[in-house]
Amino acid sequence: MSNSSSDVIVVGAGVVGAACAYYAARAGLAVTVVDRGPVAGGTTGAGEGNLLVSDKEPGPELELALLSTRLWSDLADELPARIEYEAKGGLVVASDASGLAALRKLAAAQAGAGVTAEEVPADRLRDLEPHLAPGLGGGFRYPQDAQVQPALAAAHLLRASGARVRTGEEVTAVLTGANGRVRGVRTAAGELRAPFVVNAAGTWGGEVARLAGGHLPVLPRRGFVLVTEPLPRVVRHKVYAADYVADVASGSAALQTSAVVEGTPAGPVLIGASRERVGFDRALSAEVLRRLAAQATALFPVLAGVRVLRTYAGFRPYLPDHLPAIGPDPRVPGLLHACGHEGAGIGLAPATGLAVARQMTGGQPPLDLGPFSPGRFAPAD
Amino acid sequence: MPGSPSEPYDLAVIGAGPAGLAGAATAARLGLSVAVLDAAAQAGGQYFRHPAPGLGAARPEALHHDWAAFTELRRRFEASGAAHLAGHHVWAVMRRDEGLWSVHALVGEDGGEGAGHGGGTAFGRGGGLADGGRGGAGADGATAPGAGGGGMPRGGGRGAGGARGHDGAGAGVGPVTRDGRGAGARADAVSGREGPASAGAGDERTVRLHARAVLFATGASERHLPFPGWTLPGVVGAGGAQAMLKSGLVLPGRRIVVAGSGPLLLAVASTLAAAGARVPAVAEAAGYVGYARSPRTLAANPHKLLEAAVHGTALLRHRVPLHTRSAVTEAHGTDRVEAVTVSRLDRDWRPVPGTGRRIACDALAVGHGLAPQTELATGLGCATRRVPDGTHALVLDGLQETSVPGLWAAGEAGGTGGWELARVEGELAGIAVAARLRALPALTRGRRVRDLARRRDRTRAFADAMATTHAPGHGWTAWLDDDTDVCRCEEVTAGSVREAVTGLGARDARTVKLLTRAGMGWCQGRMCGAAVACLAASGTARGTVPPSAERRPLAVPVPLGSLAAGPEEPGDA
Repeated sequence: MSNSSSDVIVVGAGVVGAACAYYAARAGLAVTVVDRGPVAGGTTGAGEGNLLVSDKEPGPELELALLSTRLWSDLADELPARIEYEAKGGLVVASDASGLAALRKLAAAQAGAGVTAEEVPADRLRDLEPHLAPGLGGGFRYPQDAQVQPALAAAHLLRASGARVRTGEEVTAVLTGANGRVRGVRTAAGELRAPFVVNAAGTWGGEVARLAGGHLPVLPRRGFVLVTEPLPRVVRHKVYAADYVADVASGSAALQTSAVVEGTPAGPVLIGASRERVGFDRALSAEVLRRLAAQATALFPVLAGVRVLRTYAGFRPYLPDHLPAIGPDPRVPGLLHACGHEGAGIGLAPATGLAVARQMTGGQPPLDLGPFSPGRFAPAD
Repeated sequence: MPGSPSEPYDLAVIGAGPAGLAGAATAARLGLSVAVLDAAAQAGGQYFRHPAPGLGAARPEALHHDWAAFTELRRRFEASGAAHLAGHHVWAVMRRDEGLWSVHALVGEDGGEGAGHGGGTAFGRGGGLADGGRGGAGADGATAPGAGGGGMPRGGGRGAGGARGHDGAGAGVGPVTRDGRGAGARADAVSGREGPASAGAGDERTVRLHARAVLFATGASERHLPFPGWTLPGVVGAGGAQAMLKSGLVLPGRRIVVAGSGPLLLAVASTLAAAGARVPAVAEAAGYVGYARSPRTLAANPHKLLEAAVHGTALLRHRVPLHTRSAVTEAHGTDRVEAVTVSRLDRDWRPVPGTGRRIACDALAVGHGLAPQTELATGLGCATRRVPDGTHALVLDGLQETSVPGLWAAGEAGGTGGWELARVEGELAGIAVAARLRALPALTRGRRVRDLARRRDRTRAFADAMATTHAPGHGWTAWLDDDTDVCRCEEVTAGSVREAVTGLGARDARTVKLLTRAGMGWCQGRMCGAAVACLAASGTARGTVPPSAERRPLAVPVPLGSLAAGPEEPGDA
C-alpha cells in the first residue's frame, strides 16, 4: 500500500475538515487531509469561535448545535487548554420592553428543544456585565453558549486526529472509477487514492462539488470583525443585541449589522457582526466599520476610547436555506459533503464530523440528517 | 470644498518625506490639486526629521549633510500650492467609486502632538526598542502613517489608557512583565475612561477626503531580528536612535554599541559619535565584500561612495572599531543593558562557537535595515515583490504605478534605496499622475522623464546589490534560545513559534499568528513580522512568503468612538 492511499481524503483543513478527520480516525479510518492553503486558512481563521445555541430557532440546526455543544465540552477535556475553550455563556440584550418580549417568546420555544435560558431583568443586567449601557430593556442569559479560539481548535483537532496533513496542495480533480464511484483526488503533487472523499472546503465547497460532478450552491456571505487593543476582562460573556437573531436567519443580500461583543482570554475584544453578499471582495468598508463601532459602543460606552488595532473579513459559506450540507452526494457515490455552515461552522463542526464518520462506517447517525441532505439542492433533471 | 466627493483632490499623497514632497510639488506644478497627508507636524519624513521649532535647535543641518538639498525640496513644495495636512495619521485608503479614492485619517491632539517629536522623546524616556515606522526609526523615507509615540509596548505594558502619544514613556519597554499585565492595572485604566476625563477618543476624530489618484510615499520601518536580551531597557532601534537625536537631541546612552546590518549602521555610529557618545563597537553581520562584487553599480553611484567615505572618516576620527561578520548575540543586564556579547558569524550568520566577546555599554542601537511600509497599498490589493534582503516591496511599473490603476508609489514603499531615489521617484510619479489625469501622455515622453528613469534604475540596481549583501543569513535563528521573546507585545517565545511550525503545521506568518498570537498585539507584527516569517519559513524550503493580503491592520489604531462618529468630510462644519 503506497503512502498516497488512505480510507478517506478530507478536502479542507478548517475546523469542519479537522472534526471530520478526528471522528473518522477515531472510528478506525486512515485519514488524509488536503488543503490548498494552510491549516485554518479560510473562514475558520476569520471566525470568532462562537459555539452558540442562543441564536438558533428550534429546528434541525439547533439540534445539531446542541449535540455539538456536548461534543465540544468533551473535546475540551481531551485537547490542550490552549484551544481556549470557555463555557462563558451568552447574554442577549433587548433595547426595550417589546424587544424583551420577543426574546421571551424565543426562549420559551428554545426551552422545548433543550436550551437553557434565564431571563435577566433590566436592573440586573449590570450584575452580569458591569459595563453595559444604562437604559436597556433586559435580556436573557444562555449558559450553554461557549467559545474556542478557532484556529487553535482546528489545529489541535487535526493533530489529535493523527491524520496525514497535506497543506499548500490544491485539489484539481476528484477521481472516479468506471462505476462512477469516487477513488481519490488529484493534486499538483500527484494522485491520492481513497474510497471516500469528504468535501469540507467551506465557502469553496461548491467548487469541490463541481470538480466531482456534483452540485452545491455555496455562496460567500461576508462578515467583518473588529479587534481592539488588549484589555482586562471588560466583557465577560458573549453579548449581543436581540436583532442579531433576525439577521442570522435573514437571507438578504444587503448589508446587515448587529452588535456582537465579546472578550477573549488573550485580551482583545472582538466586535461583529456584519452580513452582506458581495462575493469574495475583501475591500474594507467604511460604512461597516462605522456601524459596528457605533453599535458596540452603544452597548458598551466604555469602549469608545478603546482602539481598534485591526479588522478582518471572512466569508461565511452560505446555502440558500441556511442549513449546512452534511452527507452523501446524491450523484457521486463515495463523495460526502460537510460544508455550508454559514457563520456557525466552529460550533457545528464536531456534530458534523461525527455524523460524517458514522456515515462512512455504516454506524447509527447521531441525529436525523434528513434536513441536511445535500440532495435537496440537486437540479431537477 | 477640495477633497469632498463632488470636488475631489486630483492627488492625495501619503507621506511628506522626500518622495511625497517631490511628488506633490511636481504634480501641483503640472496643474493638479494636491493634498499631502502626514503624521508628523513638520515635513521631512524620517530622514529629514528635525527638532520642533520649540526645542530651539539652532542648526538642524548639523545632523544632515544633505540639509541644503532638503530645504530646496521643501521650498519647491511650499511654492507649489499643494496642501500640507500635518498631523494626519492615515489609517486606511478605500475605493469609493471608479476613479475615486477615499483617504481616512485620524487627527486630533494626540495625533499632532505625537508626530512631532513625540517619537524621539517617548523612546528616550521609555528606553525601548522603537518600532521604526511608528516611533520614528531614522533612515530615508517618509514618515507617513507612523504614529508618533514611541517605544515598544511589552506584554500589555502599555496601559489601556496610556496610548502612544499622550505619554510615550508609558509605552516604552518598561519592566512590565506578563504578570504585571494582570487585570488590576489595566482595569483601572479602562474604568478611568468612563469618566469625563477619559477624553482619549474625544480629542481625536477621523476625517475623510477624496482624490482621483493616490501616491503612497509611506516610507519604511526598521527591521528587527530578536536575540536574547533584546527586550532590556537601553536596547533601541538603530534608526530610532538616530531619530531621537534628530528630533529630540537626546542620546540613548553614553556608551553605545551599534549592531545589526545595513548601510544605516555606519551613519548611525557616526551621528552618535559626533553627538558625543562613545561607540565601543559597530557589529555588522554582513561583510562589505558584496559591494565590491558590483563595481559597476558602485561606480555609477559616486554619491554613495562619497557618503560612505564621510561616515568612514567620521568613524576613524572617533576611533570607532568596525567588526564585520559579527553580531550582538546577547544583551546582558538586569534593569538595563550593561553589556553585550558580540560573536563572529559564519557565512550563514550562525555564531562561531567560542568567538563571543563581552563589551560593556549602557545602550545598544540595533537594526537590520528597513522594511517597506506597504500595508495601506496591499489593503487595496496592490501586488508585492520579494526584495533580495527578504522584505517585500510594492510592484511598480516604469512610471511608479502599482498593480492597481490609479495608485502610485514612490520611495521606500517600492524598495528601500535612500532619500535621493525617493525624490527621483516622487518626481516621476508626479509627472505620471499629471499625465494620466490631464490626459497628456506626452508629459511622460520628455527628456526629463527619461533622465529621471535612468537615475532611478541606476540607484535601484545599487539598492538591490546592497539588499543582497545585507540579506539575513538563515543561520541567524541560532541566536535565539527557545525562551527568547520573538513577539514582544504578546510575549510569544521562539519556542512557541517553532512548535507551531513543527507541531501544528504552520508554514507562514499568518498561520503562526493565528496559532501563537505572535503579531496580534499592539504593534500588529510590525516589530516581529520579519522574525516570525523567517521562523515559519524554516518549515519549508521556499523561504519567506509575502504578507497575506488578508492581513488588515489599521495603519494606525483608531478609537471605536472615532469610528462610530463616522468621518468628517471636507466642508463639514
